[in-house]
Amino acid sequence: MTVGALGLLAAAVSTAVFPAVAGATPSGSVSLVAYSTPKPAYAALIKAFNATSAGKNVTFSQSFGASGSQATAVANGLPADVVNFSLAPDMNKLVKAGIVSAKWSATPTKGMVTNSIVSFVVRPGNPKHITNWASLVKSGVSVITPNPFSSGSAKWNLMAAYGAQLALGKTRAQATAYLTQLLKHTAAQPSSASNALQTFLSGEGDVLLDYEDDALYAKSKGQAVSIVTPPQTILIQNPVAVPTKASNPAAARAFVAYLLSPAGQRVWGKQGYRPVLPKVASQFKFPTPKKLFTIDSLGGWTKVNTIFFTPSTGVVAKIEQGLGVSTSSS
Amino acid sequence: MSSPWKWPLRILALGYLAGLVALPVGSIFFRAFQHGFGAAWDAVTTPDALHALWLTFVVVLIAVPLNTVFGVGMSLILARHRFPGAWLLDAFVDLPLAVSPVVVGIALVLVYGRSGWFGDWLAGHGIAVIFSLPGIVMASATVSLPYVVREVLPVLQEIGTDQEQAATTLGAKPFAIFRRITLPSIRRSLAYGVTLTTARVLGEFGAVVVVSGAIAGRTQTLTLFIQDGIENLNVVGAYAGAVILALIALGVLAILGRDTTSEGRKRRWRSPSDPSPSSSETPLLSTT
Amino acid sequence: MSPPPAVDLGVRPDGPIPNPFAHGLRRSVGRWAGPGLAVTYLSLLVVLPLAALVSKAFTSGFGAFWQAVSQPEAVAALKLTLIASLIVATFNALAGLVIAWVLVRDDFRGKQAVNAMIDLPFALPTVVAGLTLLSLYGPDSIFHLNVADTKIGIVVALAFVTLPFSVRSVQPVLAELDREVEEAASSLGATSSVVLRRVILPGIAPAMLAGAGLAFARAVGEFGSVVLISGNLPFKTEVASSWIYSLSQSDQLSAAAAVSVVLVVVALLVLVAIGLLRRRFDIGESV
Repeated sequence: MTVGALGLLAAAVSTAVFPAVAGATPSGSVSLVAYSTPKPAYAALIKAFNATSAGKNVTFSQSFGASGSQATAVANGLPADVVNFSLAPDMNKLVKAGIVSAKWSATPTKGMVTNSIVSFVVRPGNPKHITNWASLVKSGVSVITPNPFSSGSAKWNLMAAYGAQLALGKTRAQATAYLTQLLKHTAAQPSSASNALQTFLSGEGDVLLDYEDDALYAKSKGQAVSIVTPPQTILIQNPVAVPTKASNPAAARAFVAYLLSPAGQRVWGKQGYRPVLPKVASQFKFPTPKKLFTIDSLGGWTKVNTIFFTPSTGVVAKIEQGLGVSTSSS
Repeated sequence: MSSPWKWPLRILALGYLAGLVALPVGSIFFRAFQHGFGAAWDAVTTPDALHALWLTFVVVLIAVPLNTVFGVGMSLILARHRFPGAWLLDAFVDLPLAVSPVVVGIALVLVYGRSGWFGDWLAGHGIAVIFSLPGIVMASATVSLPYVVREVLPVLQEIGTDQEQAATTLGAKPFAIFRRITLPSIRRSLAYGVTLTTARVLGEFGAVVVVSGAIAGRTQTLTLFIQDGIENLNVVGAYAGAVILALIALGVLAILGRDTTSEGRKRRWRSPSDPSPSSSETPLLSTT
Repeated sequence: MSPPPAVDLGVRPDGPIPNPFAHGLRRSVGRWAGPGLAVTYLSLLVVLPLAALVSKAFTSGFGAFWQAVSQPEAVAALKLTLIASLIVATFNALAGLVIAWVLVRDDFRGKQAVNAMIDLPFALPTVVAGLTLLSLYGPDSIFHLNVADTKIGIVVALAFVTLPFSVRSVQPVLAELDREVEEAASSLGATSSVVLRRVILPGIAPAMLAGAGLAFARAVGEFGSVVLISGNLPFKTEVASSWIYSLSQSDQLSAAAAVSVVLVVVALLVLVAIGLLRRRFDIGESV
């Protein structure tokens, strides 16, 4: 065991000291930094990549956590050869830090590696009859959604809720009022989507707002949950990039190329993610919500992130402060 | 007065301890082995788990000797020198005991992180501190810094300098004096201090979680592995990892509790003085 | 109390020092190398980081500092932390007294083991502590007692980690109490409650208070054991350390540093108070 670990360390040290020389077949170690949910998917993807001729000599070190926290960590010096976040603003954080090229989204898939949607995870048999957004704010229903200031999933969830209201013909003010209602029904805000799933599986709450892929993962692990696809929901788009200062760019690019290849996309699909390649996506049968909208239809992430999620002054921060004050004074 | 109160008090005390300490700690053993010993074994012998275990021991092997040397040196300085600002030095040594480990981690990031005070210099020289081994060692060393000093200093103050002075008069060299006279008299308290330091380094979480980046197979220590297990449906791994650390903690208790003769304990209790959690363990003063 | 003579690692200052140059460069290097290294080590690990923390907290002026520590979520987290710590310190002071009493005055089989168990929360890593409590008092509790994601969960976690301070601070004083005074009081007709109030409590009160102070200081900074069981619900179960952590994870290091400074000041005040208490009542020997 010690020998193996020593070998691992030696490999880690040698890649840190001697950056891999770009050659025909990439080798060395790749540091993957990603948001919390794709951990099991990457286990499968890395295995599949290692079985290809391009990936046979590449080893990986992996770090998973709340998307925002991971982006902050990379901005603060966490070594990364491949970054995969939940949402574009976290990637833009690294653009601002000079770590990722501003042109990261100038790819055929607009910088995205996977899609997903916001789904409802409920107790088996759906005892609280959760079918749509309105049923989340009925009395007696308690909701779990992660902390929007660290988790990407939480931001998707809240924008799905907001956008769904607009799709139902509500005004922006009504949609904001709905967010207040929803957060009032929130029983816990764990730090990341994985954490939130864990909280829900441990018995907390009636509904978990979650990535569809994470919900499918829980189900595949034999957890007793049902998945409800909301009639109106948002298309989640998860970005990937190779930082300009990657220590092993050749291997990192080869890996990202694999992730975006039809073979890689099929692995993603099997793991519950909606492939970004239409040709591959059509091979999977994902539920189709009545109305599927994108973040761009709500103004795009840059605008939305500033308006809703600026700490202490954003719409969501204000709602939470308001709820907090009323909670503590009541 | 004790007879009518004896049983109620005993039940109250033991009941509280059972509910708060014994049963919860016992329950993690149950949870870890609930699916059989094999499942627990498999969960802690994955490459990531083994690496976490190994990294934890590497950190112990670096941080504990550093803190031991520092602790003895600092104790000698504080006990044998009078100089302005000694109290301040003393206070700084104690500080990590009083501060939240998360705060310790953040403070280290502010100095050694990329945007920290030394960030540019370190980056310019290709030295990674935060999110790599040096950062984890520094965080662990900082939170466990006070223990050796807190154990050794009172003993040094107690034994005074008579023997050392006598040896000097007889022409002994300082190092020989330290090895032959000072070290034997602080040996036991030093052993306690080192044990406490080791326990703290092994189990540190708050400070390490801030500085490590928790890269599985690279910067994930055992405590981080446990947390990761809880978050990622690897419950058996989390509980099995916890059992490893709990067993080590029990071993630490066995070492600390070796001197449990009634006389020894009484002597130890006589100086439960300093603001360190180890105060109750101020060891028996050298009886020679 | 006479201070120990200023002696440098056994070199007698009052000994014959005929020629100061005889010490030579090597000697003075040797003399200062040790203290220099020790102070450098301390600076790298404690002094500089603390300075950086304070500097970061006030980097955008006092206004920004105040805004960070007075924003509702910070106030809620600090309030919860202080109140929970106060409750735990008080409760554990009483529980610690009872446990110490039983360990000192009572005798039963397995007392040694029980005595050793008191230190377990200190030796056990905080994450493991949190996990043990979650395992027994969490959602899968075999007792069907689920305190996860509640304030009670926080109090239980803090009670666990502060237990050694509360017991170990009273235990030695209780063991030293002169039982003859108690017996004399009883033989003069004092009831046990009078003996407790007039004889025992005054004797152990300072030690109890010091123990409660240590427990309070520890509880205020606690993170690992609380983070698993509290659920970190803002305004409800989010403690100060958790809030600081979440700030640091969402790129708000200045705010994190500001709230950290508040915690450090609280901890220092408590430690100073304990120091004064000790000197005033002469409990303990070292400063």
